[in-house]
Amino acid sequence: MATAAEMSTEPVSARGGPLLDVRNLHVEFRTREGVARAVNGVDYAVDAGETLAVLGESGSGKSVTAQAIMGILDSPPGFVTQGQVLFHGEDLLKFGTEQRRKVRGARMAMIFQDALSALNPVLNVGEQLGEMFTVHRGLSRKDARAKAVELMERVRIPAAKERVRSYPHQFSGGMRQRVMIAMAMALEPELIIADEPTTALDVTVQAQVMDLLAELQREYNMGLILITHDLGVVADVADKIAVMYAGRIVETSPVHDIYRAPAHPYTKGLLDSIPRVDQKGQELYAIKGLPPNLLHIPPGCAFHPRCPLAQDICRTKIPPLYRVSEVRASACHFWKECIGDDRPAADKT
Amino acid sequence: MTTAPQPTKPEPSASGSPGREPILQVRGLVKHFPLTQGILFKKQVGAVQAVDGVDFDLYPGETLGIVGESGCGKSTVAKLLMNLEQPTRGEILYRGEDISKLSGRALKAVRRNIQMVFQDPYTSLNPRMTVGDIIGEPFEIHPDAAPKGERRRRVQELLDVVGLNPEYINRYPHQFSGGQRQRIGIARGLALRPEIIVADEPVSALDVSVQAQVVNLMERLQDEFDLSYMFIAHDLSIVRHIADRVGVMYLGRIVETGADAAIYEHPTHPYTQALLSAVPVPNPEAREHRERIILSGDVPSPADPPSGCRFRTRCWKAQEKCVVEDPPLTVPDVFRGTAGPAEHPSACHFAEEKIVVPRDE
Ligand SMILES: Nc1ncnc2c1ncn2[C@@H]1O[C@H](COP(=O)(O)OP(=O)(O)O)[C@@H](O)[C@H]1O
Ligand SMILES: Nc1ncnc2c1ncn2[C@@H]1O[C@H](COP(=O)(O)OP(=O)(O)O)[C@@H](O)[C@H]1O
Ligand code: SF4
Ligand SMILES: [Mg+2]
Ligand SMILES: [Mg+2]
Repeated sequence: MATAAEMSTEPVSARGGPLLDVRNLHVEFRTREGVARAVNGVDYAVDAGETLAVLGESGSGKSVTAQAIMGILDSPPGFVTQGQVLFHGEDLLKFGTEQRRKVRGARMAMIFQDALSALNPVLNVGEQLGEMFTVHRGLSRKDARAKAVELMERVRIPAAKERVRSYPHQFSGGMRQRVMIAMAMALEPELIIADEPTTALDVTVQAQVMDLLAELQREYNMGLILITHDLGVVADVADKIAVMYAGRIVETSPVHDIYRAPAHPYTKGLLDSIPRVDQKGQELYAIKGLPPNLLHIPPGCAFHPRCPLAQDICRTKIPPLYRVSEVRASACHFWKECIGDDRPAADKT
Repeated sequence: MTTAPQPTKPEPSASGSPGREPILQVRGLVKHFPLTQGILFKKQVGAVQAVDGVDFDLYPGETLGIVGESGCGKSTVAKLLMNLEQPTRGEILYRGEDISKLSGRALKAVRRNIQMVFQDPYTSLNPRMTVGDIIGEPFEIHPDAAPKGERRRRVQELLDVVGLNPEYINRYPHQFSGGQRQRIGIARGLALRPEIIVADEPVSALDVSVQAQVVNLMERLQDEFDLSYMFIAHDLSIVRHIADRVGVMYLGRIVETGADAAIYEHPTHPYTQALLSAVPVPNPEAREHRERIILSGDVPSPADPPSGCRFRTRCWKAQEKCVVEDPPLTVPDVFRGTAGPAEHPSACHFAEEKIVVPRDE
């Protein structure tokens, strides 16, 4: 783990708060077609040792939020226009470029869906893993290589000693994802953001990789933000969940509560629309329509054109994140109706 | 008009259809892609055994699901059925006739009755053609299916059938979302009123809410047009939902096959069990008491598959027998005559029932 000296920038007073606390984050992309409002007030927090799943369909702003947290937003055209990213209570958005670079990799790291394009194709994996130690820790090349082998063994890549000289394309998809996990783990960060880490993998390999990730997280007591669109993966590994729609968090909840009784009609729709391996099931519930174009987000609740519970107020007033319980919140004016309605959405007309 | 044989269509039925004539019979199907070395003088140094001895039947009105991880040969099977690849060996019998031996008119007539829907709605539609041209293209190849003057109206009908506005006929693919593009692909597949649709991962690229819309559409069209589906997917949950019967593929072979409840609730092949146990179930209550079978290693290369049982290198039950003897796809002796749900073909020397997906009522 990081030594006390390396953590000296952290104010002691902040140690009680969450590891990462994102508050009212806004990100927009200024493009030729107009301003795409990709992130419109995201609030979520994750603690050491905790797994937060961020769930949402493509284009809902999951990755852009992660990029803003990591400080790797494509800017221009992307700009953070509001909000705070509190890491141990300090706002990373106020850090200078150099300060942020020091945080990245060492204290928070990211795992991407597509390992092949995230890794450097012309460096062998030993060089890439070793670079983490030569650049951040000042190790010699020889020591760095030894560390690289150690890491590869840690993520259970067979024959690590021989494979340390292989290039990314010489690994299978699952093994490549392990290399990326090794990279992210190299400096033992406190927080890992994994953006669809297993989406491109086959189901048996996906299970291997998720297992490894969960094991490492436990061992190092890391905070983990797992971005996914897969409700099954969330149910399997998350402690709590934040559901995103059109750049906003529409519901946050501990994982058990949300599957039992979703408090937002979008979450409910998603849960009802997935086929299940453990049920034969009748016709699937289908949420009508399409996710909004971020250049023209509907007024009021962004979900209202697709929502079975929508009333007039939904078309005009943006719902705040209502407190549903101690630990739950929902951005729906009618969350009480939603949560109290235990009929499957498919039965409603 | 067409010379395609048009026997009277039997009643569609929901369950697998033993006792009725299959519309398609696949026997000993093999496709090896040669591996060559050298640029000028190509020398064959081996072969990718993409499909290596596959048998199955497809009955009228049913959905046969094919599942398996990437590279196991699913798309190659689809291309062989579509005549887009020539088999190395084996037969594909459409109403008793081997389609790989047909040519000319007879082949054209068969092709008309078997259509395909592809995975990627972004690359499978020609970006320079209008939606009308894309959906109407099959009429160019089979002009007798619709007289020229009628085509525009037929295309508009098809748009309506798949839930798209008929006025969109002059738009281009980029003006549509992924789900809408997949509807366009389905409309094209329906144009010639085929009997069989081979759908290769038709919803894999779509978001869950849109996926449900397309799956429901396909189910509705099946009833409406009495279609037989061969539905290929790597997503076991979707296949559970849509299929009447299921075949599980591994390294170019079908390793287990049966009615959907038999495969999902009473799998007997270790690979099927591992595959099912790895599927994340959207129920957090299940995570404590679910057994996970985590397979070690990766799938071996189809250019150099293991001897004996192809799954043995990752199988926790493998014995010496598995190294030397290739297990056939038949009902294992232990289950023969039991008349229970485990009595279905499974290519394993040590087949055993194991419930890996707890049923959720
Ligand atoms: N580099 C970029 N340039 C312009 N717009 C972008 C860029 N990256 C993301 N966006 C916009 O942000 C939206 C959200 O993207 P993203 O966060 O990647 O969604 P997801 O939830 O699928 O991860 C996209 O639909 C797009 O409109
Ligand atoms: N045209 C081809 N030439 C050589 N190898 C091929 C060709 N098409 C497919 N293959 C190989 O055959 C195997 C099966 O591929 P495919 O049928 O696409 O599998 P799936 O659809 O199950 O992912 C893979 O190893 C693939 O690389
Ligand atoms: S035949 Fe042997 S190796 Fe193959 S699945 Fe059965 S037990 Fe495993
Ligand atoms: Mg993303
Ligand atoms: Mg394929």
